[in-house]
Amino acid sequence: MTANDPSPNHLQLTRDGQLRHFLTLDGLGRELLTDILDTADSFIEVGERSIKKVPLLRGRTVVNLFFESSTRTRSTFELAAKRLSADVLNLDINTSATSKGESLSDTLLNLEAMASDMFVVRHSQSGAPHFIAESVTPGVAIINAGDGRHAHPTQAMLDMLTIRQHKGRFEGLKVAIVGDVLHSRVARSQIRALNELGAEEVRVIAPGTLLPRDVEDLGCTVEYDMARGMKDLDVVIMLRLQKERMEGALLPSEREFYRLYGLNQEKLALARPDCIVMHPGPINRGVEIESAVADGPQSVILNQVTNGIAIRMAVMSMAMGGQMAERQQKQTDSEGHRA
Amino acid sequence: MSGSQQDNSTSLVITGGTLFDAHGQLTDNPGLLVRDGKIAAVGSEAQQAGVARSVDASGCVISPGFVDLCCNLREPGNGQKGNIASETRAAAHGGFTTVCASPETSPVNDSSAVTHLIREGAATRGVVNVLPVGAITRGLEGDLLSDMAGLKNAGCVAVGNGSRGVRNARILRRCMAYAQTFDLTVMFSPENQALAADGYAHDGQVATRLGLLGIPEVAETAAVMEMLLLAEETGVRLHLSQLSCGRSVEMLAEARKRGIQVTADVAMHQLVYTEDALAGFDSRFHVRPPLRSESDRQALLAGVREGVIDAIVSQHQPHDSAAKQAPLPATEPGLSSIESVLSLGLGLVASGELEMPDLLSALTLGPSRVLGREWALAEGVAADLCIFDPKGHWVPSPSTLVSAGHHAPRFGCELPGLMKLTLVGGRTAWQ
Repeated sequence: MTANDPSPNHLQLTRDGQLRHFLTLDGLGRELLTDILDTADSFIEVGERSIKKVPLLRGRTVVNLFFESSTRTRSTFELAAKRLSADVLNLDINTSATSKGESLSDTLLNLEAMASDMFVVRHSQSGAPHFIAESVTPGVAIINAGDGRHAHPTQAMLDMLTIRQHKGRFEGLKVAIVGDVLHSRVARSQIRALNELGAEEVRVIAPGTLLPRDVEDLGCTVEYDMARGMKDLDVVIMLRLQKERMEGALLPSEREFYRLYGLNQEKLALARPDCIVMHPGPINRGVEIESAVADGPQSVILNQVTNGIAIRMAVMSMAMGGQMAERQQKQTDSEGHRA
Repeated sequence: MSGSQQDNSTSLVITGGTLFDAHGQLTDNPGLLVRDGKIAAVGSEAQQAGVARSVDASGCVISPGFVDLCCNLREPGNGQKGNIASETRAAAHGGFTTVCASPETSPVNDSSAVTHLIREGAATRGVVNVLPVGAITRGLEGDLLSDMAGLKNAGCVAVGNGSRGVRNARILRRCMAYAQTFDLTVMFSPENQALAADGYAHDGQVATRLGLLGIPEVAETAAVMEMLLLAEETGVRLHLSQLSCGRSVEMLAEARKRGIQVTADVAMHQLVYTEDALAGFDSRFHVRPPLRSESDRQALLAGVREGVIDAIVSQHQPHDSAAKQAPLPATEPGLSSIESVLSLGLGLVASGELEMPDLLSALTLGPSRVLGREWALAEGVAADLCIFDPKGHWVPSPSTLVSAGHHAPRFGCELPGLMKLTLVGGRTAWQ
């Protein structure tokens, strides 16, 4: 017996299947994911113009609510919102309200009073964007910019866009995700996206201490040995390793980790010759990846950053579109009711 | 017992309906006469006596009052979450006539002074019997022994660790040896703190997908094994509270076979829900121990059916709304459950997972045996009973829930089992 609808779709989709929040890739079908990628493709062209703006979000207010610090993700969200002509407010809640003891609910009530149209949320606790989507006034779109270990759906989608640009397809691809899968919201969203888009195999390569329990149930195979894991790969995604991981007895040392799971040219040579190298950043050179590889010809790491803006523009405009459609629908409903 | 709103302690006759009898069977009610707070007569004698009031229980089940081995009344100290008056009324609404009060109050019930405070509150403002459980260590910190002899003299029926884990086996061993000296039952919720660490969800599929911090099964099973071995060595009477793992049930059965004095309970929500309840980040189902897998749920149900698990408890944990209004990891654990226990149980009866006599035994006979108390509705025993209509329905809502906590497992939907009357010592505690 389950207590509630386990699919998050009643929350993030409108009645006719349009995006109105973007919380997780769970439950989103291939068609919608492809739609996001196609929309992003059309925005890439905007970034190449001399005047990089479209008026899709003109007059809208987007609030970047970052409860956890971030430079890159926040700046790409900010740029994306500005290229869509929105007004942007950046709030680092980290250092303001919550440190004064205000609860998240109270912070939200105050922000709602500022008549915002969209919250871009990053939070250290899994499920925080769900909680916010459930508790704020309808009409405010919530975009998940990373929550705890749960999900980082825009990062995963920009990775998918990068893969599609280089490989042209997902069918038949063998993709490996290497490193700290346990703590990674990025890996969870990537595994989900790759499965939905039809990749042939998703492999996770890590020691047992950095893998969550029953990780195979997410839709991947497990490989402890990196040399074996690199075989036949089309894409290798390296994850960032936090320095704190030595303290909880998850790893003995950075050196041993680099020796076993760090990506160098020698290991990369075991993959297919056209294998691309990705990393969600920020990179720890010499911990999970060698500089020669990070800056090498197979690396598409900087490509990912550029695509990040286009994906965020796509998701923001689609979610706002869903909210508008819903508002109109409700208006029509209530008018029909009155008549 | 006092504090009920109407005084009808003179006499009362209950006719009709089905009686959960002294043999643990459901039989036609031969008639019950309640006089001076006791069951004065059963059978034809009861029908003939001239009485002030009669209750027609046709279509209903008459059961000995339910006994809850684990309930949080939040008094003293947590008035914003509930108090003895509100939570014992909620208990009566749930058909419970006796509740064991968890030692996790503020201050912790680790001294006779706090025990007296709870008993006094129960005598003046409570509507059901309240049996305090003392803290086994001072402040439930797990370091120093509490005054167990003093707690027993003050009226504690057992000593326990509330929902706090145990981190030191040497202290645990001494706690057991000391409790055994005074013939005190120890009630332990088994959780190895080092293994549970910062977790708050079952370490399984759902936690992996949602990125929640897991509490592995071994956090419980390692603690169960340690406690069973220590109980065997010290000879203490051990009661394991709120089991959540199938493996724990196996170990329990095995220990019983070897002659270890051990009993156990499970919370009703563990028999109904699994880790899937967290799938939408629903913070109500943030409970401790966490809801585990479907196979664990099946094993716990089998444990109840086979009598390996003696009792079903509410593990009632009322909260103010702020405690649950946050992202799931930041919320406080626990359900406001005592009013829904019977309804959830009847759901299991309806789905064929539990027989009605098994359900009622686990709410009456089983927990009474753990406490060494009488339980059957027989001549001369206290008139603690409840009458419910298993075919009637109610909808949990802010207006129907009596508890100060509104985070009930089911909310706003129709549930089976309408409580008609709860008598405690012959007085009406719920109607």
